Amino acid sequence: MAEVPLLRATDITKSYAGVQALKSASLELRAGEAHALIGENGAGKSTLIKIITGAVSADGGELQIEGHTVTHNSPRVAKELGVAAIYQQPALFPELTVAENIALGVEQAGLGGRVDWRARRRRAAELLAQVGARIDPDADAGDLTMPQQQLVEIARALGADAKVLILDEPTASLSEEDTQNLFNVIRNLRGRGVGMVYISHRLEELPVIADRVTVLRDGRTIDTRLMSEVNRQQLIQMMVGRELSAVFPKREVELGDVVLELRDLGCAESGINNVNLSVRAGEIVGLAGLVGAGRTELARAVFGLTPVDSGEILLRGEPVRINSPGEAIRRGIAYLPEDRRRHGVILDMQIGSNITLASLDQISRGAGLDFKRERELAGDYTRRLGVKTPAIYAPVATLSGGNQQKVALSRWLLTRPRVLILDEPTQGIDVGAKSEIHALMTDLAAEGVAVLMISSELPEILGMSDRVAVMYGGTIVEILDRADATQEKVLALALGHSSEEVAAAAGD
Amino acid sequence: MKLSRYKRELSAALAYVALLAAVGAAAPTFFGAGNLRDLALNNAPVLLVAVGMTLVILVGEIDISVGSQFAVCSVAAGWLAKEGVPVALLLPSVLLLGAMMGAVNGALVGYLRLPSIIVTLAMLVAWRDALRWVTQGEWVQGLPPDFQWFGLGQTLAQWLIVGVALGVLVAFSWMLRNLGAGRAVYATGSDAEAARLAGIEPRRVVFGVFVLMGALTGLAALLNAVRFSAVPSNAGIGLELKAVAAVVVGGAAITGGRGTLVGTLIGAALLGTIGTALTFVGINPFWEKAIQGAIILAALVSDVALGHFERMRVGGLTLKAAGGVK
Repeated sequence: MAEVPLLRATDITKSYAGVQALKSASLELRAGEAHALIGENGAGKSTLIKIITGAVSADGGELQIEGHTVTHNSPRVAKELGVAAIYQQPALFPELTVAENIALGVEQAGLGGRVDWRARRRRAAELLAQVGARIDPDADAGDLTMPQQQLVEIARALGADAKVLILDEPTASLSEEDTQNLFNVIRNLRGRGVGMVYISHRLEELPVIADRVTVLRDGRTIDTRLMSEVNRQQLIQMMVGRELSAVFPKREVELGDVVLELRDLGCAESGINNVNLSVRAGEIVGLAGLVGAGRTELARAVFGLTPVDSGEILLRGEPVRINSPGEAIRRGIAYLPEDRRRHGVILDMQIGSNITLASLDQISRGAGLDFKRERELAGDYTRRLGVKTPAIYAPVATLSGGNQQKVALSRWLLTRPRVLILDEPTQGIDVGAKSEIHALMTDLAAEGVAVLMISSELPEILGMSDRVAVMYGGTIVEILDRADATQEKVLALALGHSSEEVAAAAGD
Repeated sequence: MKLSRYKRELSAALAYVALLAAVGAAAPTFFGAGNLRDLALNNAPVLLVAVGMTLVILVGEIDISVGSQFAVCSVAAGWLAKEGVPVALLLPSVLLLGAMMGAVNGALVGYLRLPSIIVTLAMLVAWRDALRWVTQGEWVQGLPPDFQWFGLGQTLAQWLIVGVALGVLVAFSWMLRNLGAGRAVYATGSDAEAARLAGIEPRRVVFGVFVLMGALTGLAALLNAVRFSAVPSNAGIGLELKAVAAVVVGGAAITGGRGTLVGTLIGAALLGTIGTALTFVGINPFWEKAIQGAIILAALVSDVALGHFERMRVGGLTLKAAGGVK
């Protein structure tokens, strides 16, 4: 007879705007267990955590805590049931002291209640001692280092009698020593019966700290295994082991000269360093990596949004300095940003004006804008890209996500770019629009545009790219040819495994 | 279909027509030529400042220092005239002075990214008190004879003042619509980061708009000063409120990105007419401010209501799409 698990999520489903984030996610957490939860970007880890902590509600499935089904979850309900989550970026109030921060999660005084400062300080000191932290309860939380803040958060969770503790990439920015320290705290909590869900991309630390591991892929739980029974290679296979079924409209194109070349490019402000890459006319280079590996930062540096402070950018062999997006556009670089809803298009502006916004010189004649020409150009591109809209003077906000993305893309095609950087071009848009955008990318490559595509979707990376550049820790660690690139290799490299390890594993 | 984009302007225009009709019915003498001319003349400087304010509000900022800039420019115009600067050179001098004061605001807001409400509040106080200290509160008197009405004679100069104000409005209206710079103003106000990604430099746009605001304030100050035989050192108190109110009543979004100068014209006319209209129909003009306040509130409420209505109509898609952001 098995004991009742602390937490059991069964067949959880959740979709956002028609995109299915969770198809069937299950997770079982026992008391006194450290349970690793792993998966690629977008596999559904965050969504599952949000459902457990009550931040979003599930569409279907069942959530049980200590054997009781939770029907109306909310952050407050979850907290009362003993669920606490600690994120990568600590969420303390920097202007309050450590003791006050801990008290916020613990004390149950009403608005009229009086604060017993001495008891508050004593309680904070006790809780901090339990997590083995030597931190002054009277220090301002903002003055603590990040690992110290993390410990304060754990102490706060303990003070609130958390039984289920979710740690979301807690070691992502910790030093080796702080990581070991945190592991000791986790071991200690495990001994006290706290169940911990441990999310991490550092597969190598899982055998050290986790008892079991659950792998999510494309919104489904693939398996839960004892950590001692699986090795890293097996975990990677479980994370990516999907069939590459989707057909991508990839065409062989005669490659031209190198158009964009990056030599030892670095940008201290955004944490990228020693990036070497070249993209030829007609070539699609996929830029893979985990969120935070520096892919968007690299694109922003090339587009003149953040200053490059080492290395150089060459366009058709000629070194250039690009200090602003305007300059990048004049030099034939286009950048379709991530998250179009925020900055890819201007939602209140008309479709036509959005399309011509980066090419106003093309529609300027003598004294003013040529509206007839603007209508023609905008009409051409909306037809070519199949933007479904009744009128080009409707605001972009009236379009669906896929059509907004096509408007954003139209804007950049109108500039006739030689280098087109696409940042997550098909994220969160429907399947039809997605394959239209893929077809368009192929056409552009055939016309001789050099395309650099950032994507978190491995099938898209493998399906569309001539070469795949993998980023880790702010630099490109390996560039794979289309024939050599497999999901396992790309993911292993993105997780920071060395190319020798990857090669050795592939040789098995 | 196209008209529906201007429903805020249309509703303000409707309110104005209703006001005129009501006043016309109660007191037909309101439409006497003399009264209309006085109305136009009194409101021309406000209109010029409101044109600049429309630009500032369109980029999502605000300038509440215009009243003090106006006073500085008025006094400067008087002094320059007394120093013997020819009338023809007064205009460029005052435009330059205004533009320079605007550039201070523009640099602080655009390039240092300080909040415009605080920057211009500081400037409102600073220019006003600097002027008070320099003039010791004294008016500029003993102006050369060709200062008043530019030496053109009252009738011609009056036409000129009203004509310049309307001409500036038409010119800026055309530029907002027909120049790339106008697009940049709307884009910056709608989403500055998106504008930057499209190759526009929002900081430069914000700076430029504040410079224009200052120059227009200078122009307004000069056109106002020549109406009198002496220049007061305390001109323009409360001007910022009139200008902002005209823009808001004209349907511009205070958060930037939406609005037209036609709307501003209607807003300025509506607010500028109320006081005189009250006198004509025999209501105590003490009510003027209260009624103006009510109109501003009504404009804001109807703006929110219209926005709500529009979102419901384009609704489904946008709301769903927004829900998809992780």
